[in-house]
Amino acid sequence: MDVEVALHVNGTPQRLTVDTRTSLLDLLRERLGITGPKKGCDHGQCGACTVLLDGRRVNACLALAVAHDGGNVITIEGLAENGDLHPLQNAFVEADALQCGYCTPGQICSAVAVLDEAAAGVPSYVTPPGASTVSLSDEEIRERLSGNLCRCGAYVNIVRAVRSVAP
Amino acid sequence: MTTFAAKTVGAAIDRLDGPDKVTGAARYAFEQPVAHAAYLYIVQSTIARGHVRAIDATGARALPGVVEVITHENAPRLASTEDPELVVLQSNAVAYHGQIVAAVVAETPEVARHAAALIRVQYHEEPHDVELHAGREGLYQPDPENVGFEPDTHHGDVESALKTAAASIDVTYTTPHEHNNPMEPHATIALWEGDSLTLYDANQGPHAIRGDVATAFGLEPERVRVISPHVGGGFGSKLFTHGHVVLAAMAAKLVARPVKLALTRQQMFALVGYRTPTIQRMRLGTDNDGRLVAIAHDVTVQTSKIEESVETAAVVTRMMYAAPNRRTSHRLARLDVPTPTIMRAPGECPGVYALECAMDEMALACERDPIEFRIRNEPERDPGSGKPFSSRGLVACLREGAQRFGWQPHTAPAKRRDGNWLVGTGVASSTYPTRRRPTTASVRVNTDGTYRVQIDAIDIGTGARTALAQIAADALETPLERVRLDIADSALPRAGGAGGSMGLASWGTAIVEAANALREKLRTEFAGNVPAEGVEAYVEVGRNPLAERYSMHAFGAQFAEVRIDADTHEIRVPRLFGMFAAGRIVNAKTARSQLIGGMVMGLSMALFEETVIDKRFGHFANHDFAEYHIASNADVLDIDAAWIDEDDPYVNSMGAKGIGELGITGTASAIANALYDATGLRLRDLPLRLPFDI
Repeated sequence: MDVEVALHVNGTPQRLTVDTRTSLLDLLRERLGITGPKKGCDHGQCGACTVLLDGRRVNACLALAVAHDGGNVITIEGLAENGDLHPLQNAFVEADALQCGYCTPGQICSAVAVLDEAAAGVPSYVTPPGASTVSLSDEEIRERLSGNLCRCGAYVNIVRAVRSVAP
Repeated sequence: MTTFAAKTVGAAIDRLDGPDKVTGAARYAFEQPVAHAAYLYIVQSTIARGHVRAIDATGARALPGVVEVITHENAPRLASTEDPELVVLQSNAVAYHGQIVAAVVAETPEVARHAAALIRVQYHEEPHDVELHAGREGLYQPDPENVGFEPDTHHGDVESALKTAAASIDVTYTTPHEHNNPMEPHATIALWEGDSLTLYDANQGPHAIRGDVATAFGLEPERVRVISPHVGGGFGSKLFTHGHVVLAAMAAKLVARPVKLALTRQQMFALVGYRTPTIQRMRLGTDNDGRLVAIAHDVTVQTSKIEESVETAAVVTRMMYAAPNRRTSHRLARLDVPTPTIMRAPGECPGVYALECAMDEMALACERDPIEFRIRNEPERDPGSGKPFSSRGLVACLREGAQRFGWQPHTAPAKRRDGNWLVGTGVASSTYPTRRRPTTASVRVNTDGTYRVQIDAIDIGTGARTALAQIAADALETPLERVRLDIADSALPRAGGAGGSMGLASWGTAIVEAANALREKLRTEFAGNVPAEGVEAYVEVGRNPLAERYSMHAFGAQFAEVRIDADTHEIRVPRLFGMFAAGRIVNAKTARSQLIGGMVMGLSMALFEETVIDKRFGHFANHDFAEYHIASNADVLDIDAAWIDEDDPYVNSMGAKGIGELGITGTASAIANALYDATGLRLRDLPLRLPFDI
């Protein structure tokens, strides 16, 4: 069954007819040619497909496109502003927080959301109970980015990159 | 042999493809824009041995959007069936669970997958044999002609030496099935234009893929082009051509349009190889001075019924430590399983695990500190070949690493306790051979003083694109910005793949030689003036003749601190430090990342990784990331790597030893040895799992 959906993707309105089984990830990659979000497992287990949907990080492989009609999607391609890379993008290059690069767009989108979540005081498993604010320590960063797997093993550099940008 | 003065080489330069990779601009195989492509989805066998009796594709063919269903009945015949891995849909035989038995081509990925689920396959099932265990029937010594190495070696009399040794151990280590699991699933886009085939493919070396595919289809190699600009890791699974690549080309031919195929994570577990389980018996004996009198390493591994492949786990023991009496052996079981492939440091990774745990056990058994014991048994020459080492930095790494880590010498488990944590430290050696392959390259100089370097090298995440540009810049005595490097396309000068830690050594040497040839050509033919059309030099570099005279290896020492929760028995590794000796380091930034990356995979191997085969059905039961655990960010705490200065003029033009695999060797041993130090329990089976009662 096909249905029409409308989405804002990286600030551009998109209207297209999709199979109701189409994931947000396949819509981006196969229909719009936005291939920054990666397919690593298609089961929400690796995080390579992480995008920002209505301001929150989601695994695009687990989101059905039809369920997000009217949604606002930011992918790795949409993080730069006025031609300037997001500070996290620069920090990842500087800290060599990547090797093969396949998990990288998901890591960075996830980290963008981590900064927002911490700023909003959203606790994680390792946040001390009752804490009113969240400080992004290495432990917090590791915990909050553990949904994004990296087989090249760049984790220590990823943590360093995120820490360098965290307030 | 080192022929240039390093200026750019050695610097910690940012990865040149970093900006493309952090913006999503880097396109991997499946992401190449190809018009009017159809999607291919694979159907896998649900039995481990037998044959297909009938395939009912009526439902699939009736589905709107289905272009074609491919089975052994209508698949194009291959020109060559020499490589059993590439014989796809050529008969109804089933040799392992998960083998390709059909495939669907459809207009969309959703329809292709739906149609694949509608295909009904009937089998004639035969009893299967999928379990490896010590002493099982049918173990045999592989034929050296087939496997390319001597399976057994004997020097002196191990049995007698062990009987009269002052102290000895006889212990067995095991490692489980492990899967490479690069983050990018294997993928191929196949595109025919007449009799010419273009493949956008995720692999570790386009030339090898081109050759295999050309042979399979009976084409001249020039008619096949393999392009692989960005590859999302491989760790061995993308080095050799696998059947799905042939399937994609076959399907594209059958439907006369481009076809896109990406394996699912689940499919990868059966279709692109894995590391065999290993069973390794270690027998070591020492004299009263703590010197080894005997060392024996006997290995049992598996391969498939369709192909002989051997994990050469005992080979490392032939060169690592001195002992007058030595023995190594490899025995193989042929099972109804997918063919194992190479996985990061094939042979050395599991082999070093067993050897370096055994060295720890032996050291404590003869009451020596593990570092002092290793230094005491340092050989003057390669014990196996009798050749001198081109350089051997093991002792320096052990000493320097011990100081930086804060190693406390000990001859018994410390069993320290810090609150609720049991704390221990462990050490192990790392090593990996230094080799290089015959390679070609070309370098062109333009009148504006820019250079174009062309070579079919590849960057699967290693940093080769950056390191090769640095080597080229120094070899050409020009700033990095003036070098343009073209790689990852089989239309470029022939080169071997990113495997065996030979990539940079082979490609870099060819680039240095091409630069020298260009300089010579400019001087002798053009009096040093670049003509309007530019000048190009092309070189073919052969094997390293000095490898006949020297034993060439990289070394290292790894140190681990392990903490075990006294209640939950959770194992944490708060500190892991690697000190390496790997010749000249070309890029200090990417090299550190690569060494740390190897150590992270070693930590993952020590604590998590294990694929479980269900003997009832012969399939890998935990075939995804939810159940096959790899280290996540929260598992990795303080890990660092450093290296000593090492000048080795014999290995290649840069004096650089490969580091892609060095980092994973020894990590699991250091962690297991630290666990013993913390608990007094010697766990010999990976992954490390503490018993309920400690």
